[in-house]
Parts: sequence; C-alpha cells; structure tokens
Amino acid sequence: MKRILYVDNNATTRVAPEVVEAMLPYFTELYGNPSSMHTFGGQLYKKINQAREQVADVIGASPQEIIFTSGGTESDNAAIRGTLEANPDKRHIITSRVEHPAVLNVCQYLAKNGYEVTELSVDSQGLLELDELREAIRDDTVLITIMYANNETGVIFPVEEIGQIAKDKGITFHCDAVQAVGKIPLDMSKNTIDMISLSGHKLHATKGVGALYIRKGVRFKPFILGGHHENNRRAGTENVPSIIGLGVACELAKKYLPEEQTEVRRLRDKLENQILDTMPNARLNGHKILRLPNTTNISFEYVEGEAILLLLNELGICASSGSACTSGSLEPSHVLRAMGVPFTAAHGSIRFSISRYNTEEEIDYIIEHIPGVIRKLKDISPYSAEIEELELKASARNS
Amino acid sequence: MWDYSDKVKDYFLHPRNVGEIKDADAIGEVGAIACGDALRLYLKVDKKNGNRIVDAKFKTFGCGSAIASASALTEMVIGKTLDEVEKITNQDIADFLGGLPPEKMHCSVMGREALEAAIANFRGTKVEPTEEGAIVCRCFGVTDQKIERVVKENRLTTIEQVTNYCKAGGGCKSCHPDIQKIIDKVWEKEAKPVAAPAKPKKMSNLRKMHLIQETIEREIRPVLMMDGGDVELVDVEGDTVYISFRGSCAECVGSKVTLKSTVEAKLREFVTEELAVEEVNQ
Repeated sequence: MKRILYVDNNATTRVAPEVVEAMLPYFTELYGNPSSMHTFGGQLYKKINQAREQVADVIGASPQEIIFTSGGTESDNAAIRGTLEANPDKRHIITSRVEHPAVLNVCQYLAKNGYEVTELSVDSQGLLELDELREAIRDDTVLITIMYANNETGVIFPVEEIGQIAKDKGITFHCDAVQAVGKIPLDMSKNTIDMISLSGHKLHATKGVGALYIRKGVRFKPFILGGHHENNRRAGTENVPSIIGLGVACELAKKYLPEEQTEVRRLRDKLENQILDTMPNARLNGHKILRLPNTTNISFEYVEGEAILLLLNELGICASSGSACTSGSLEPSHVLRAMGVPFTAAHGSIRFSISRYNTEEEIDYIIEHIPGVIRKLKDISPYSAEIEELELKASARNS
Repeated sequence: MWDYSDKVKDYFLHPRNVGEIKDADAIGEVGAIACGDALRLYLKVDKKNGNRIVDAKFKTFGCGSAIASASALTEMVIGKTLDEVEKITNQDIADFLGGLPPEKMHCSVMGREALEAAIANFRGTKVEPTEEGAIVCRCFGVTDQKIERVVKENRLTTIEQVTNYCKAGGGCKSCHPDIQKIIDKVWEKEAKPVAAPAKPKKMSNLRKMHLIQETIEREIRPVLMMDGGDVELVDVEGDTVYISFRGSCAECVGSKVTLKSTVEAKLREFVTEELAVEEVNQ
C-alpha cells in the first residue's frame, strides 16, 4: 500500500491507539448489558458513568448534563427536535447559513413543516454579525442553533456572546461544537450555552458515538423513544465500547489541548503561509485569526477542486474540497457561497485539517508537491492566461 | 468518492492532446468557470481531404471526468472527417471511457457540445446555445431546447437524470416543474421510452393495489409519523382508495381535509391520475 498523508481531520480522525486499547475488553470480555440485574452486565453502568465524567471534564460540565448519542448528527437532531417538542407554543428558529447539514437540513425540513427559520448571513471572512442576530429575535423565537466553529473554514463564532443574548431573551441556544471540542478550550461552567453537540470520531474516538450536553434546567424532550436509558433522555442500549472509547478520547483531548494551540497551529501556519506566499493564485477562505488552530481552507483560482484532490490522492495526500464536483450537488460549498467567495475561486477550494498525529515531514512533503499539482492543472486549464496574469502581478509586487 | 473507471483515471492522470492549436481551423468553446466546468476544443481540418480532422487539442477547467471526457473526445475525432464526427453522441464519449458515474454524464455532454460548436465554427454557422430557445434553468443557463435534446437522446425520464446530464435543475430547483413539463412533452409526442416511470395508463388491479400500498408506505406514512400520526389503507374499489387515519391524525378534525387531499395528490402523482381518496372510520 502506498504511503498515506492524512490531512482531512475535520472529516474524521485516526482512532487513538489508547482508545482502541481501552475499548477492546468491552468487545471480548465485558460484553454485558448495563441495564441487566446481574453484576456481569450491571457493573458496566459504572464504567459508562466514568466515561461520562471524562466527557464532562473536557468541556467543564457536570456528568449529569451529558447524554451519549450515536454521533454529532443525532446530537444535533435531538437538540433541535427536543427543544421544539419541549416548547410547543413557539415556532421560530434562528440558525446560520453556514451550518453543517446535520443542522441546516433539519431546519430546512422544519421550515416546510410549520416552523419559521431565519438563516443569519456571514461576511466575506465567514464571520457573523451579532446585530443581525439581535434583530432576528422575535417573541416566538424558541431556539438559536449556531455552530461553535465551521467545519470547512475553521472560523470560530462568538458563541459566548450568542449565549448571553439568548439567555437574556429566554431562548434556548444549541451549539454544534463537533469541530471545536478537542481543538480549543471549552468551559461550560463559564458560559451560558444551553446545549452542545460533540462527535467521537472528530476527536480520535470511533465513528457512531457522540454526546449531547444539556445544561441543567434546560427544557428538553427525548428525541429517540424506547427504554429508560440515559436517564430517560435517550433510549437504546448503550454502545458500551464506543462510549468507553469516547471517554478516553476526551481525556486525551484535554491532555493534548495545549499541543493544538502550539504544535498543530505551527504546522498549519507553516503549510498555509508557504502555499499563500508561493502560489499567486492561492487565497485564504475564512478569517485568519478567529479560527481553529488545525484548519486551513485555500482556494486555487482558475483550477478545479476535485481535479486537485485526485492529483493529491495520487500522491497519497488526503484532503477535501468545497468544489461542486466533489459533492455531486453541482454547486460549490454552501459555506463558500454564503461568504461570497468569487466563482473563480469557489470551485477550487481545498481544505487541509491537521491533527496531533501529523509530522513536520508530512507538511513539508505537501508543501513540496502542491505547486506541481497546480501547475499541471493550470496547463490543462483554458484560464491559464488568467493565472499567468496573477503570477505576473505577484512577481511585480515582490520585486 | 466517485467510482471512476480505470480509463477515466488514465485519461485524467495522463491526458492526451492537452494544449492549443495556434492556427486552428475550428474552435469550440462551451461552459463557464461560474458553472464549474469549461472546455475549449481546437481542431485542425484538412479541407483538401474531405474535411478530415488531422489534429485536435483541448483545454479544460473542471473535475477529473471533465478532463478525461475532453481528452477522450480528441482521440475519438482525430483522423475522422467532420461528417463522421458529427454523429458522435455524448453516450459515445462515455462508452469510450468505459462509462461515467451517472452524476457525471454532463461531462460527456459538454464534450459533445464543444465538438458541435467547433463544427459550426468551421462551417461559419455560429452556435449560440443561449439564443436558441428560452432559458429554463437560470442557475446554470440551460435552455428548453438543450433539455429536450438530452432527454430525447439519452431517453431520460426523471428530473434527476436531466440534472446529471446537463446540470439543469441542480441549483435552486425552482425550475423543476418546467423540466418535468419538458420530459412529459417529449414522451407524450413519441412512444413512451422503455424505462418509463411506473405510471402506465392501463394497469391491472393487482398492480394498482401494489403501487398504492407502496406509495403510502414510502411517501405518505413517514411524513405523518413524524408528527405522531399515521394512515392505514383499508380498501380499494375501482379508482376509489379508502383510508383511515391513525394516531394524532385521527384526532385532528381540522387537518383531516388537508391530509385527505395530500394523500390523494401523492397517490395521483405516483399511481394514476384517476384515483380518489375516501376516508372511513374504523
């Protein structure tokens, strides 16, 4: 097998070896059902609560405020539907245009089924305007659901301020923090966010597990009905091995959090600066400062994103793109469109998302090979003259 | 990830005939960067030899299959006369590449269009696609004539297929009813295509029952169940469908009228226009 350079960590992450190791006994030996009346199964309940403490700890919450789910998408669905169900007399929801589909498509579905939805816009750097939020709030606004950090650009939203605005108006604020947990510090004891979604496989645990934080006292009705699991808030026999794994992953995330701010950020900045400095048709998508330390989203003007990805793939480099062709939707990413990225650049966006497992040598390898990839596509592109114009401008600036 | 054939991968990674022909006899240009792909095709034509194409080159902005389709096209036309290549269809290009994913068929259509534009350019009969017919899809600037053509040539029967082949309807979706009208018009005029949707004019009672049940299960119940309601099929007599509402739907007198017409509309859409829905209390 050829060498793999994995820089697509906002899509999913490598499961930490410590997580795998911690999970294994729960497949082979401790396979009981935590709801059972015998010790063999029942003892697992304690283990689950231990994991609950580990998850709570990484976001500064108390364990009773955590319910385990099947992942970020379920957490988002449960938060939104559970809030609406608990407040049936109000019909207005506020979200943003750049949410993950797990929130946006739920809101758009609700908009067709009796609810009114306001989608807040973002500026060219992907930032929200809080005045627009304030103006959007109505008497019947029941829920604000806005992400912590954007999965495509890494741009971080002012969620603490949003939490305060929501609290002042008595509106529930749900925040999809799937991309933030483990990358930047979160402390629920110091803010007023009502609900947080998080996902296991984005922070080196397995796919198919996640959690929903629900602040004590927030009105919520369960989304998945059935047995009495998770204190009657999420039915379904617990995914014990994955929950144990998520707990360990959260503990590791806490331990390595400083590294995200230093080493991961340094590698990201090196990659980003090298590309932006040496490639005249490269431009950054998203605010340079208010951003996750691991994410960079760069557009290569006049070349197409899927073609870039396929050539990177040949080199073993795994990244992703917001181009139309990769989604099959024919239009480029809704995030880049919301930001008003010009169409010459929107089709050529590439996202690199780094993790603590990436090495300097890997970043150097990417830096070394990107120019060749872009040059090859430039030679094929009917817009090669436009790219050359950018190159001329750049060299005039530098000389 | 797209399931590209080995030949598509090969033609993308090692594209043949990339570049320009400075003294080209014909240039065909289609697409735009705003739409996500564009293709410029250059042909060198030997007029003394029955208008035979002696060289072809291309430049493409687009995804892997767009580049592969353009490169394949150049290989397909070199050595042939204009009259010969005029018969090349988008399916021929896709076949040459060992097939394209359905969502990528528009890449082959772009190739065929560039070839047509080049031939028209050579003959001095300018092709201006946007001036022929009216724009139906504003997001991608696709005309009714172009949609009609891909529908006919590729025997398309659904809006999704039309989007895959020419992008129309892939943006804001507001033109979907118009695309449906074009599809309906095409297949009303001609005999129904083999792969016609499951709405035959004459159907056996058994088939009708089956379709009604299937539509209720797939299209109607999931929506009602979302709000704690449900519907049950009680009986079918001729074209009258007897249903009974359950759950929250059964208690809600006000919404029953709306629900009945929604169920009726869905059944008419997926089974046959003749159906009428009656509610029975059970």
